[in-house]
Amino acid sequence: MDALILLVPLALFLGLLGLLFFLWTLHTRQYDDLDGAASRILFDDEIRRDPRSSARQ
Amino acid sequence: MSVLSRFTPAPAATITPAATCLHCGTPLAPGQAEFCCAGCEGAHALVSRLGLDAFYRRREAAAASDGALRPVAEPLATDFAPLARAERDGVHSLELMVSGLTCGACVWLVEQALAAEPEVLRARASLSARRLTVAWRGPASRANDFAALLGRLGFRVAPWSPACLRATEDEEGRRLIRALGIAAFGSMNVMLVSVAVWVGWDMGEATRAAMHWLAALIGLPVIAVAGLPFYRSALDALRARRVNMDVAVSIAIIATAAMSLSETLRNGPYTWFDGATALLALLLAGRVLDRAARRKARQAAAELLALQEGSVTLLHEDGTTRTVPVEQVRPGACLLIAAGERLRLDGTLDGDEGEALLDTSATTGESVPRRFATGDLLPAGAVNMGAPFRLRVTAAAADGSLAAMARLLERAEQAKSRFVSIADKAARLYVPVALAVAFGTFLGRWVWLDATWQEALVPAVAALIITCPCGLAIAVPAVQVVAVGALFRRGILVAAPTALERLATADHVVLDKTGTLTEGRPALLPDPARDPASLRAAAALARASRHPLARALARACPDAPAAEGVREVPGAGLERGAERLGSAAFCDVAEVRDEGMTLYYRAGTAPPVAFRFADRVRNDAPEAVAALHRLGLTTELLSGDGSEAVERVARMTGAGPWTARATPAAKAARIEALRAEGRRPLMVGDGINDAAALALAHVSASPGGATDLAQTASDLVLRSEGLAALPAAIAVARRAQRIARQNIAFSLIYNVIAVPAAVAGLATPLIAAAVMSSSSLIVILNALRAGREPQPWTR
Repeated sequence: MDALILLVPLALFLGLLGLLFFLWTLHTRQYDDLDGAASRILFDDEIRRDPRSSARQ
Repeated sequence: MSVLSRFTPAPAATITPAATCLHCGTPLAPGQAEFCCAGCEGAHALVSRLGLDAFYRRREAAAASDGALRPVAEPLATDFAPLARAERDGVHSLELMVSGLTCGACVWLVEQALAAEPEVLRARASLSARRLTVAWRGPASRANDFAALLGRLGFRVAPWSPACLRATEDEEGRRLIRALGIAAFGSMNVMLVSVAVWVGWDMGEATRAAMHWLAALIGLPVIAVAGLPFYRSALDALRARRVNMDVAVSIAIIATAAMSLSETLRNGPYTWFDGATALLALLLAGRVLDRAARRKARQAAAELLALQEGSVTLLHEDGTTRTVPVEQVRPGACLLIAAGERLRLDGTLDGDEGEALLDTSATTGESVPRRFATGDLLPAGAVNMGAPFRLRVTAAAADGSLAAMARLLERAEQAKSRFVSIADKAARLYVPVALAVAFGTFLGRWVWLDATWQEALVPAVAALIITCPCGLAIAVPAVQVVAVGALFRRGILVAAPTALERLATADHVVLDKTGTLTEGRPALLPDPARDPASLRAAAALARASRHPLARALARACPDAPAAEGVREVPGAGLERGAERLGSAAFCDVAEVRDEGMTLYYRAGTAPPVAFRFADRVRNDAPEAVAALHRLGLTTELLSGDGSEAVERVARMTGAGPWTARATPAAKAARIEALRAEGRRPLMVGDGINDAAALALAHVSASPGGATDLAQTASDLVLRSEGLAALPAAIAVARRAQRIARQNIAFSLIYNVIAVPAAVAGLATPLIAAAVMSSSSLIVILNALRAGREPQPWTR
């Protein structure tokens, strides 16, 4: 039973850490655009800066 | 289908048979090789020049076929430069609502296209909010270039309005998500301890006490914090002397927490913190999903409204003009109203132009434009069909007739919120019964069976939690989430929480004519004698103008290229070299009679060609009315237009009895009369004149192009133009209602079996958890059926 004295607080601490992490993600508005984030991950291009191909006419 | 397979690249556009437009994906007319119109060809060339061809491979097949990306060849409606916010070091930023952002590839295209501009510092688009934030180093006027660039790609842009913000900013939703996170954390950790107690039959007394205290340590704060949304709603209901499902949930959770604490203190065999926290987590998950589905609908509705919103052009004494938001205009100011612009403020016709031609269909329902003389009071909401004119503002936006109407609507909305949903009806029945059973159990054990009061409390509260407020509380929301999502995919936005239930019970449909059964905007009448080449040439000229008739002409011939060097003579017509398009006088035509809805085209000395326009009945209107009849609803037509036009539309669509020249007050009175008769009318309308009737009706809907007032007054907004979606929505709503009833009945049957076990003291937390989760699962699985296509026999 001695193991519990160490393991239970440790498990709780890790759980709390996870909860705090979740609250942080909520606070930084990472749940505002779930659809966009889901598809953004598939397009990993760097933003290109090519002065020759300007969109202006 | 796996998640990845949704994104497998579509076959390269060049090897597919050229059946659809390469850019917007609409089916091609015979004779067209790759593109449906000049705008799409230009957009495709622009995308290629930017090196962003990958867009066409990456976008989802479904998003590629609806033609939403067809560029509209018309000048920008709004001046975006004043909307740009100045930051430090000459950096400006702008927030835009971008319509047409339907998939990740669109977001990618928009961001990359803007990032390719050398002075753009950052561009970020949000897919669910359709919000684009772009920042650049340079003058504010560049904002218009960026907006025009997006327009050329086929996206429609509008200023990011406060209404968009209200729809997106969802403080309540964030609170729910936070509560869900806390409840999920708590239930998992409590379960860790509880399982140890359940399986630890050889556990010592002291260890079990430690476990109970640990569970209480986690469980009590979680129950206190994560339960707040329920406690608040329950308190509100009790203050109003009503009982709703949240009262049942709150009582069950608080009683369980109290009983578990008492068990912890006396070191009983089990505590029930796991049940209470799991119940919270499950219910909160349902709430979050429900909220997300409706938020999506709200955002889409705000998007429709933002496209209509714009700024007004203020005319100063010295003749200079400035674009300002509507809210800043004071009474007495002078506004310049361009051709095709909608009046946003009340005012009088000013200056010496003499007269103005206004389309007042949104305010009165009349389909033929009306003439106004100098000094006449012009109604806000009308559209300028003639030359630009000056408007002397008589009331600021907040005191004008539109704002007065909006306040009236709010009051009507509050009356509507008294509707008792099926879930609340079930709660009214359930709460007293569940409380009586629990109290009876407690008294029975304590008084007659001589148990201590703590021992008697356990089966009593077990009865309370095992009567499945869970299955019952989730029975209706689960169906709502699925049905609202299914309707959203079909382009029907459900704005009000109880709209589906009310829609399912509607028995009579009151239809507006102008803009609802008809298109509400002029459309070119076919004329077999007309030469197609002259239509093409006239449409090419018409592209240069924002005048409603010119736009109708351009719509009639979408593949005509935009002509260069067109000069617009305000109030008369368009001119390029020897070609002229415009009024009879402008084209030197001896006018037969003044119809107000005719354009003439003349190339040099060739005989003039007449283009007549009329407000056309929507193609799908007769079929939609027939479908409503098949669903067992009766229809009637209520319009502010003249009797001749109303009768014609009633005959063409088959929509029952008709009433012409109905004022807004008459429309509202008709709805009230119907309700007094005990009917449950579904009102469908789009105009400002329909708004009061929409708000008073049992349930209301408005088509996508409706005025903002009509849309806010409606429970449902059809995103697509036309009514075809409405019968489908009623079918889905009825089906959802049936499934919700099944779910409630199922939960009650479950209770009949589970409650005696709890009363007898046989229920342990393990059994409670099994009962709770299995009943919830079955209810959720049943709810999933609400999203399936309605079968033919269910219609």
